[in-house]
Amino acid sequence: MIIRYFAWVRERVGTDEETIELPETVQTVADLIGHLKTLDANHAAAFAEEDAIRVAVDQLHVETDAKIGSAREIAFFPPMTGG
Amino acid sequence: MPVQPTIRVQKDDFDALAESKSLTEGRQDVGAVVTFTGLCRDEAGTLSALELEHYPGMAEAELSRIATEAVARWPLTGLSVIHRYGKIKPGENIVLVVASSAHRRAAFEAADFLMDFLKTRAPFWKKEHPVSGRASVWVEAKAADDTDAARWKNT
Repeated sequence: MIIRYFAWVRERVGTDEETIELPETVQTVADLIGHLKTLDANHAAAFAEEDAIRVAVDQLHVETDAKIGSAREIAFFPPMTGG
Repeated sequence: MPVQPTIRVQKDDFDALAESKSLTEGRQDVGAVVTFTGLCRDEAGTLSALELEHYPGMAEAELSRIATEAVARWPLTGLSVIHRYGKIKPGENIVLVVASSAHRRAAFEAADFLMDFLKTRAPFWKKEHPVSGRASVWVEAKAADDTDAARWKNT
């Protein structure tokens, strides 16, 4: 699974992209966040304020209860500030 | 059949007048063109530049989804959306929306709708680089932007 990070989430994690083997217990985006938090201190810091994080599965906005299914790419980022 | 919107995500500047002209040139059925340009603003004289980060692929896809909704909702004759990324200095262009229609109301509303959803759903993030040696900071999303987008739900 390709995980991508943007803006301050990217800075806190310390990378813009990584490939992660998902345990079978990870079924939803919320499960994935829980798993990522356990990886190291950087991931834990990045996901400390979970409410401040938005998610896209295969480049579509989703809520954290969304199923991961056969997704290829999941991205985490702060609320958007373009325009 | 709704028109096909033009979507561009680019580093380079754009020419609002040229984009506007391209929606009207050679046709007589357009009665209204609304052009919105969003600029990099520095109210306090403390900003050196904004850095616009984006999610390549999803930025274009999300702008297309918003634009497709706009052309389904209003009888537009044309719609163009351009968003820049990279380092942008105060006074420079960031975003352009051009909506054309037979009548003004559709063009005004579609441009307004486009900007409200672009701000809350298109994956772009601004980082402020101050003129002094202070650390750069990510711009925080405003609750007012969500309220603005929510206006369109019940209309």
